[in-house]
Amino acid sequence: MKQNKTRRSFLKNISLASMAALTATGCNMKELDEFFQRNFRTLSDKEKEDIIKNLEQKYKQKYNKEFQVSAQPAMEQVEFAYALDLSRCVGCRKCVYACVDENNQSRAPQIHWIQVLQMEKEKGIDFAHSDVHYNPEKVPEKGHFYLPVACQQCRTPQCTTVCPVKATWQEPDGIVVIDYNWCIGCRYCMAACPYGARHFNWGEPEVPEEELNTDVHYLGNRPRIKGVVEKCTFCIQRVRKGKYPSCVEICPVGARKFGNLLDPESEIRYILENKRVLVLKEELNTQPRFYYFFGV
Amino acid sequence: MNFIRFINGSIKLILKGSNAYYAWLFFLIVLAVWGAFGYADQLNEGLITTNMRDSVSWAFYIGNFTFLVGIAAAAIMLVIPAYIYNWKPIKEIVIFGELLAVCAVIMCIAFIVVDIGNPLRFWHMLPLVGTMNFPYSMLSWDFFFLLAYLIINLTVVTHLLYCIFYKKPYNKKMVQIIVLISIPMAVGIHTVTAFLYNALPARPFWNSALLAPRFLASAFCSGPAILIILFQILRKITKFEIQDKAIWTIAELMVYSMFIYLFFTIAELFKEFYSGTEHLLYWKYLLFGIGDSKEIVPYSWSSITMGFIAFVLFLIPKTRKNFVTLNIGAVLIYTSVYVEKGIALIIPGFTPDVLGQIYVYTPSMTEIRTAAMIFSLGFLLFTFLVKIAIAIVFENYRISDISKKEKHLMREMPTT
Repeated sequence: MKQNKTRRSFLKNISLASMAALTATGCNMKELDEFFQRNFRTLSDKEKEDIIKNLEQKYKQKYNKEFQVSAQPAMEQVEFAYALDLSRCVGCRKCVYACVDENNQSRAPQIHWIQVLQMEKEKGIDFAHSDVHYNPEKVPEKGHFYLPVACQQCRTPQCTTVCPVKATWQEPDGIVVIDYNWCIGCRYCMAACPYGARHFNWGEPEVPEEELNTDVHYLGNRPRIKGVVEKCTFCIQRVRKGKYPSCVEICPVGARKFGNLLDPESEIRYILENKRVLVLKEELNTQPRFYYFFGV
Repeated sequence: MNFIRFINGSIKLILKGSNAYYAWLFFLIVLAVWGAFGYADQLNEGLITTNMRDSVSWAFYIGNFTFLVGIAAAAIMLVIPAYIYNWKPIKEIVIFGELLAVCAVIMCIAFIVVDIGNPLRFWHMLPLVGTMNFPYSMLSWDFFFLLAYLIINLTVVTHLLYCIFYKKPYNKKMVQIIVLISIPMAVGIHTVTAFLYNALPARPFWNSALLAPRFLASAFCSGPAILIILFQILRKITKFEIQDKAIWTIAELMVYSMFIYLFFTIAELFKEFYSGTEHLLYWKYLLFGIGDSKEIVPYSWSSITMGFIAFVLFLIPKTRKNFVTLNIGAVLIYTSVYVEKGIALIIPGFTPDVLGQIYVYTPSMTEIRTAAMIFSLGFLLFTFLVKIAIAIVFENYRISDISKKEKHLMREMPTT
């Protein structure tokens, strides 16, 4: 801890030295502080508080809206898991857009955390013959079924292992999160993810101001900047308050189930007990917390 | 003080030269400026100016990086045969090999910097000030190895040149030990770079144990190709004495590497095509295209064709010993490996993507311009370093030359 402090003051000194040059280009102290902000997991509670206060002010200036930024940690005795009923899903993509709205995903360039794949019934789960750009008048289409894919919240995630700067990690409740202020944007995690669950801000993300969700989590749906990776967090800002993820709420056919694995009374435990489930690409030993099953 | 003089003397050296030298510099600078404007666009708009997208999230930049790691590695590995066959100008070969390695590593790091979304956060990767994910992330390993390799080579080559410049005996033991360390390091940097791709189960195209051996074999084709040409130029314009035999031996070693590379690739292809699993898709995309998406096919076949012609030219003793065909072969194999590492290695790893979707990637103008910027600046640096080394090693450029001039100037200055 002490070492960290001297390191910090060292960095501060450098920052002071380069102040003159930077103020000339329109940088202020806050931006410098943000630049020298350390990895979220090494911050003290006090530092987190300060950062969040600054962030709320910054958002107010930038978007002219009051944001509530939370850094609520994982609850004890909770491990989240998800189950998706393949026999019910009709491929309407309502979840995709509910997710976009809830999580402030960029509209242009477009980012979708959920990809819905249309598959041929005869081929089963076969990615090579699937289509993500299906666009008929009406779904479901004859002879097809639908497989929505988002982050599988693996128990042994590849993406966090490969990150060169520890900007992404698995929380105690199983959610894999990213510190957008620490991510350097090398995209190694995207190469490593077997589910295409990670998305990069190739340009400056754009969300219409009136559509911004101001109820945000630091590690989840707060507005992003260009050049960082983002992903599904099971709606961390909702589930840690005891709500369902928004894709679960919106699903018109009730194909999406969510709950606490450690709670024997939960719906997710009921499904694991009474239905037969499968996980995607089980041969890669990622051990997802996202299960698929056939309800009927 | 002495070191400042050494730097001063070096700067004077690189500013003087023939017309051809100035023309070469002018060409490189124009290219660099043209490229820099492309890169400026990328800095403003973000990586959206490239053709990379979520499906193909790494592409031309990381391919260039991989290629240059190979060049950096091979430049030093060439020291091994130099010792074994006891080529006469061994000190010179070490010096020029290391200069090439230094430039290549600097270019490698530049390619990582342009590829990342937040270049200003680069310090997050550094030990102590950042949070390096050591020992888990292969990228951390790679970065660490490259940095160490750069420092080692820079130390040796500066020490050698500095000592010759000051007519001091160089620390033979230290140099020998460091060179001996840098040889396994050279193998190491390319192996770690292969492991970067190799250890991703999500990408079957790379997930083959043969990847690292193939990297090393191909590097031993492209790296020496530059040095063969450089040695011939040096021989013409300086007192650098390297016998034809040494050059032919390098060429012979390149044939072995090409053969080994060919063998590894055939082994890989046999396994993929004969077993015909779903992993075959990536090779199909590379060699024939899938459906209407054939954009990458010309790249792969031009690389294969160039490589094959070079192999034949190097294999037949008559064409290997003819400097015209030898040089054609060297250029061909260099280009072949460049296309292979730049495009043919990376793109099929991502196409089809992990969810089976096909996004057709070819480099955008911004990517080409940014790469042109890095290559021209890298060549510029290499030209300068070689120029300094030539003057010091072959033209007896010494400290005494500078001090004489300084005394001369002092005398001319009016005393008050």
